[in-house]
Amino acid sequence: MTYLLQQALNALQLSSIYALIALGYTMVYGILRMINFAHGDLFMVGAFFSFMIATFAKLPFIPSLLLSMLGVGLLGVGIERVAYKPLRNAPRVSAVITALGVGIFLENFTLVFFPYPQSVPVLLPVIVWTIGGVTISSLQVIIILLSLGMMLMLDFIVRRTMVGMAMRAISWDKTIVPLLGVPLNLVISVTFLIGTSLGAAAGVMYAQAFPVVDPYMGVLIGWKAFIAAVVGGIGNIRGAVLGAFILGSVEIMVAAFLPSTYRDFIAFSLLLVLLIFRPYGILGRPQTQKV
Amino acid sequence: MKKVLFLFSLILVISMTLSACAGAGAGNTIKVGGIGELTGDIPAVGASFKNAAEMAVKDINDAGGLDVGGKKYQIELIIEDNAGKADQSASAAQKLITQDNVIAIIGPNASRYAIPASEIAESNKTVLISPWSTNPKTTLDAKTNEPKKYVFRAAFIDPFQGRVVAKFALDTLKAKNAAVLYDVASEYNKGIAEFFKQTFEENGGTVVAFETYTTGDKDFTAQLTKIKETNPDVIFLPNYYSEVPLQIQQAHRLGITVPFLGSDSWGSAELLTLCGADCEGYYFSTHYAADNATPVAKKFIDAYTAKYGNTPDDVAALTYDSFGLLWQALQSAGKIDRQAVRDGMATISNYEGVTGTMKFQEGSGDPIKSAVILQIKNGKFTFYANAAP
Repeated sequence: MTYLLQQALNALQLSSIYALIALGYTMVYGILRMINFAHGDLFMVGAFFSFMIATFAKLPFIPSLLLSMLGVGLLGVGIERVAYKPLRNAPRVSAVITALGVGIFLENFTLVFFPYPQSVPVLLPVIVWTIGGVTISSLQVIIILLSLGMMLMLDFIVRRTMVGMAMRAISWDKTIVPLLGVPLNLVISVTFLIGTSLGAAAGVMYAQAFPVVDPYMGVLIGWKAFIAAVVGGIGNIRGAVLGAFILGSVEIMVAAFLPSTYRDFIAFSLLLVLLIFRPYGILGRPQTQKV
Repeated sequence: MKKVLFLFSLILVISMTLSACAGAGAGNTIKVGGIGELTGDIPAVGASFKNAAEMAVKDINDAGGLDVGGKKYQIELIIEDNAGKADQSASAAQKLITQDNVIAIIGPNASRYAIPASEIAESNKTVLISPWSTNPKTTLDAKTNEPKKYVFRAAFIDPFQGRVVAKFALDTLKAKNAAVLYDVASEYNKGIAEFFKQTFEENGGTVVAFETYTTGDKDFTAQLTKIKETNPDVIFLPNYYSEVPLQIQQAHRLGITVPFLGSDSWGSAELLTLCGADCEGYYFSTHYAADNATPVAKKFIDAYTAKYGNTPDDVAALTYDSFGLLWQALQSAGKIDRQAVRDGMATISNYEGVTGTMKFQEGSGDPIKSAVILQIKNGKFTFYANAAP
């Protein structure tokens, strides 16, 4: 029982990180119907930002988290303006290729400055508690709570504020809504700002939990978060969180109860089966083709 | 336009003829190829390799060149980056052999890159010496399981290393139950984990957990929680220096307190910076101990430290030895010929290197040499024990 609880806690921490990244994919898709494959690398840049701020400016955790989120958020907005905006009316595959290109650019750009894996100073207090045989570290608690807080805040922004309403409106129809006076470019920029800064927050917390950063750290986790977003129903914010928690739990539980060699094989087979029955994801709705 | 094209092709033809002339065996230079992990996931390995390779070549050239068959030759070193990829390792080997026409190739270092490159070298009948690769498959033919004829290495092999670590756990640490966590997607990690398990169980121990992950993973909590449940006396992590610190830190956070053991992939100075106090007191097997050096090793360590400002790690030492082996093979060949170099290499009966004395026997590309056990003490790699072959 304590074993199960311990593994559930491990799953919760991993899933929270996946969820924050998956949110970025799903928000951009919801607005632009485009998959931002550079998102995993923006997550990596977030981790590197926090590493640089913590190492060179020696700031504590909260300022480095906020600065990284702001910095990477603005980078996301810039990337959208420079690389994606000119392609907004181009075939969708061009935008996807551009996003892949941006991702590779970010990896190699970081590689120029940091060719070696870097060690991140741990800014959060690491206290290990043992409660009834279950070991909990203060890091896990902080990561889980912070992620949940951010997810709730995002949910609030999207559902209860004017900006959120504008986002939802543009996601619903990109041609008519701007005619009614909603500033399209501004809303898209805000979406990128929020989406990428959440990815950066995930990167900062990931770098605290696993304090070695390298330029390729975002690739694998980016794919996994993307898969989580698709499983939950891409374009749907609550779906992304749900998908992330399903993926994280399946991964950890397969490793916990079956030989760990089969982890990815079983985890992804399960997700494939799930997509056969719910091709639009768990909370996704089938899209009707407009003629 | 036509003129430009003509001129261009003319230049191309001329340069091709020139490069063919400058190839192995002509003029006063010998071309030697190097393949290193300069970028990718283990760049510290590539950097040490490059430093040591350049130093080895400079030492010879500064001394007036290498004496082969009564004639002095300068060495020209051509280093290719494999970007930490198996396919690029193979294509780099192909390029060095067919376009640059090198006499022999040193590298790649990690087994997962050395194996594909060695296939190319073998089929092109060109000597390849991998400094750091310890997986048996590097020098064995995949189909026939016979030793490759043209592939050699300067390092000992994993069955030997796995045996050394298993014996150390049983005899010195008095461990009865061991757990292993390794990267199942990497040849090196997988090989050594299996050899450790085999020896540990043959000698009366029990491997209570044999867990895996895949390259790129950073979260090992599920596997470590599972390992903790089995109450091992010792945990063996035959993984690369960039991953080991994460594994040990996560284990500590899960309340695991037993000692950790490692293999030669721990031996990079990067491990100490990444791991900090978390790795203090743990042991690993490796090729040589910088603080317990022979006169030959001492000379190399001093020169390297003076030139690059840091103590050479095992990759640097093995790379230097690989070049040393190649010089000896060239000298005993007496001519600049790939086949003669191969025959010279296979019959080296005594080479006094930085990483100890080595000898080769016809029918195997693996040297006969000994290993050392190091302990991480006060943030430094410290000599702990010798392990004879």
